Amino acid sequence: MSTQVPARKAPLQAMQRQEPRRSRSRAGKRLARLPVHLLIALLLVVELYPLLWLVLGSFKTQQEFLNDPVWALPGSLNFDNYIEAWTTGNIAVFVANSLMATLPSLALIIVLGVAAGFALEVMVWKGRNGVLLIFLTGIMVPGQMILLPLFSAYFKTGLTGTLWPLIITYTATGLPLTVFMMATYFRAVPREVFEASTLDGASIIRSFLSIGFPMVRNAVFTVALVQFFFIWNDLLIALTFANNSDLSTIQVGLLNFTGQFGAVQYGPLFAAICINVFGTLAIYLFLNQRVMKGLAAGSVKG
Amino acid sequence: MQSVLGDKKALAILLGPALLVYSLVMLVPIIWSMGYTFFSGNAISGFTFAGTENLTRLFTDPEVRTALSFTVRYAIVITVGQIVMGYLLSLMYVFILKKSSNIIRTLVFFPVVLPTVAVALLFQKMFEVAPQNGLVNSLLNGVGVESVDWFGNASSAFWVIVLMDIWRSMGFYAVLLYAGLVDIPEDMLESARLDGATGWRLIRSIVLPLSMPVLLSSIIFSINGTLKVFDSIVALTNGGPGSSTTPLTLYMFRTSFAFGDYGYGSSIALLLTLLCLIVTIFIFRSSRRDLTKD
Repeated sequence: MSTQVPARKAPLQAMQRQEPRRSRSRAGKRLARLPVHLLIALLLVVELYPLLWLVLGSFKTQQEFLNDPVWALPGSLNFDNYIEAWTTGNIAVFVANSLMATLPSLALIIVLGVAAGFALEVMVWKGRNGVLLIFLTGIMVPGQMILLPLFSAYFKTGLTGTLWPLIITYTATGLPLTVFMMATYFRAVPREVFEASTLDGASIIRSFLSIGFPMVRNAVFTVALVQFFFIWNDLLIALTFANNSDLSTIQVGLLNFTGQFGAVQYGPLFAAICINVFGTLAIYLFLNQRVMKGLAAGSVKG
Repeated sequence: MQSVLGDKKALAILLGPALLVYSLVMLVPIIWSMGYTFFSGNAISGFTFAGTENLTRLFTDPEVRTALSFTVRYAIVITVGQIVMGYLLSLMYVFILKKSSNIIRTLVFFPVVLPTVAVALLFQKMFEVAPQNGLVNSLLNGVGVESVDWFGNASSAFWVIVLMDIWRSMGFYAVLLYAGLVDIPEDMLESARLDGATGWRLIRSIVLPLSMPVLLSSIIFSINGTLKVFDSIVALTNGGPGSSTTPLTLYMFRTSFAFGDYGYGSSIALLLTLLCLIVTIFIFRSSRRDLTKD
């Protein structure tokens, strides 16, 4: 390197700046990285310690909660708290309700949303920008705005007392973002693909089913995940339409759990939070790369 | 070809169901809700016409003023916190950790997917003072400071909410902004470095202007979400102490369901909706102006 004659001014400057850095010892380099390592260590503690504390707490007995310092380890690894939360605390029922509300909504959101995204982006017709804009406003409007009319409507049609109000409301509130994201993804598919299939005699619905949908398969997966987390973690809609212990979703159940157990019984409460947190985490860890990439691609490049 | 791409029947099949569901369950209720603002009563007891009573009450109600001020304060503080923390993290991913940032990114993203209610209950226990000291108070006692009743007074409760919500969401904004930062062409950064721009200078004159569009969409995203805050506050403080941490969303929920006043509830919802629309339009317009100036 040093034998080369620098041809221009800029590389020369760059090399001069390299000089002191190269002469610095290895230990010095490590020392310079120290603040960075400390920062990262701090970040990890801040992110992970609360969760660790939660897990430890879920194994503690009531005696340990009351007598030992909060950072003490539990005496033994017994699952009594989990059993109590799962059975007496009804967590099993809440999880089942959440699944029964989430999965049908998710399926409907995907089927309706992808088709609509395709119709709005690939098909050519008057007024499609207007319709897309109408869908977009749905992202901004707070859920509170539609809560009361829907409550009246479900009450009048006799749907109250079932999980249908949740499924219908989740489907509708999930559509704006899904339609918007899918339209964005379809924008990236070259028009020629659909022109070619049309020339080959395929109807537009055929093109959508056998070409459009498979081409955005990955995006569909991402949108489904994002919507899953939205619906699974929703409190407002569930609290309004399913605030009855037989219908409670996991969020509502957990919220009411504090009233039942919270103030006095720490163990089962910690176990219940744990089930919630680590159940969700398991799904996330399993699929994490896709969630992050998809979220970034969908919302930034839109 | 045009006729196939514009096939009316296919359009009805593909777009129809989504538009129908969306209209029936969102658009119609929005209009309907505006109609409610002229009535008092609820679905179970029946409605009576109230004229503009609800709307005038909105302007004189001290509770609305408290809720509105909390909502705005919360939205501003959280948005600034989320964007600043997210941006710092994303800069760290790109310029310090570089290719090895993957695992840190995943870890910091963790809390984003966690159920808010679960996180809120966890924080409630961490900041608890009675019947047992939580983690934070135990730490304070450990260094010789008295326990603080975090949820017992308005301003400390506010800061616990802020802390929790930034902890919860900074990973999300870090990933969003990271996606924008990795899009900056490497040779642009390299040539700036050769011209002598390093550290703060490089970020201020090259990175920041180039990541402006992503920053802006993050800000809009953040404000829009924070104005609608509901679940984290319901589960953490339930609006207390008193009504000092009650946002508009929770006040609306209480008015409608605890007091059964749909008309006034709808009026509060309308106020919130207008707030969201105005803020978004305002940010959009001011950003447009800046872009044309450059």
